Amino acid sequence: MAKIECPNCGEQIETTGSVTACPQCDADLREVMEEVRRQQKAARGDLVRDESVTTHEFIVRTRDLKKIYIMGDMEVPALRGVDLDVRRGEYLSIMGPSGSGKTTLFNMIGGLDKPTEGSCFIEEVDMAQLDAFELAWLRCRKIGYIFQTFNLIPVMTAFENVTLPMIFAGMSSDEMMERGQALLDMVGLGDRLHHKPFELSGGQQQRVAVARSLANQPAIVLADEPTGNLDLQTGKEIIDLLKELNQEGGTTIISATHDLKMIDVSDRIVHIRDGDVERIEKRADLELEVGTLGSEHAPEH
Amino acid sequence: MGDIEAQRARQARQVWLVVMSLIVCGVGITNAMLMSVTERFREIGTMKCLGALDAFIVRLFLIEAAMIGILGSIFGLLLGHLAMLLIFCIKEGFSVPAKMNWLTMLTYLAVGLVIGTVLSLVAAVPPAVRAARMPPVTALQTEI
Repeated sequence: MAKIECPNCGEQIETTGSVTACPQCDADLREVMEEVRRQQKAARGDLVRDESVTTHEFIVRTRDLKKIYIMGDMEVPALRGVDLDVRRGEYLSIMGPSGSGKTTLFNMIGGLDKPTEGSCFIEEVDMAQLDAFELAWLRCRKIGYIFQTFNLIPVMTAFENVTLPMIFAGMSSDEMMERGQALLDMVGLGDRLHHKPFELSGGQQQRVAVARSLANQPAIVLADEPTGNLDLQTGKEIIDLLKELNQEGGTTIISATHDLKMIDVSDRIVHIRDGDVERIEKRADLELEVGTLGSEHAPEH
Repeated sequence: MGDIEAQRARQARQVWLVVMSLIVCGVGITNAMLMSVTERFREIGTMKCLGALDAFIVRLFLIEAAMIGILGSIFGLLLGHLAMLLIFCIKEGFSVPAKMNWLTMLTYLAVGLVIGTVLSLVAAVPPAVRAARMPPVTALQTEI
């Protein structure tokens, strides 16, 4: 959605897509459109970028992370000493079969669970040393969450859902309104501010969830199977959105996923099996061919 | 066996009846709220992931309970008083409303409202505490 003015005749044009010629005087508007697009990109980057003054190169570090679940009188080791370093601005995917410790590792990084041994650092802060208040602060300001089941509050509108973390962060009312509107515009739901989750499709709900995760400009965004409950096409849109945020805003994204399409856009892929990191792959080294729907590539036989 | 003793016995029975109904109501409220908390486990977990403190969750459920308590009390009071008026009118003729002390009835309405709301709040404390104790990781679970 952009309002541009034709430099020739001064006509105000509102457009959602790309307009190449002015409807009034038929002047070439491509340059104007480019400028608008550039401005929107910069604004998006400002919206999303984590402004905290840090020099940390590694935004998440784990050292010999171990977790043992006690089921009755049996000890089940879920993680057997995981060392992981996540760089700022990286897009990391954690892959592994169920029972591999993928979810446990995810919970550790996200501050949802405490390790039995070892430590996990977010921006050089040891999470095991934090008490309940500090952990809540961390979850509010430093970590954004995206869930497989969207997890929007059903009685609140999209706008209220996005601004909820801002309320917890103590943002002023004006700033909240401005930022909430800007975030929803960024994910493409600017005209659905006051819709409740049941009035939105699955993809739209996940977009609201993405906007919500960015509410307080977090250092990292944790996505747990974000495309799990979405069909191929909608899943692709969400993945494109996340990739855009990663590239333009420099948001660090860590996702736990089975989806090969998400693997396709990540910088590194961590494979976990039986509580150990099996291998870490760089996307550049992988040869992935992901099937696409529709007519993007002509089938070769 | 005097008239006074019989009256006192009747009063005692009435008090016992009222206290019993209040206890039953309280248990019913606690049960209903506990069901609500259990069903909303994902919502509570998500809010904690967004930074909500335990005290916030408790306040949330107590405010809900207070609102339901006020509304329920008003509804019950109106219904109860209407029924009472009707019964007295049928028994002693339709001149009762004119002869009645409206001020006393208003006092009863106010007291009833307060008792109902307080009961709702007190009965909602165990479920609210249960909700506040839910860890944020429940947001990721697919079932309770």
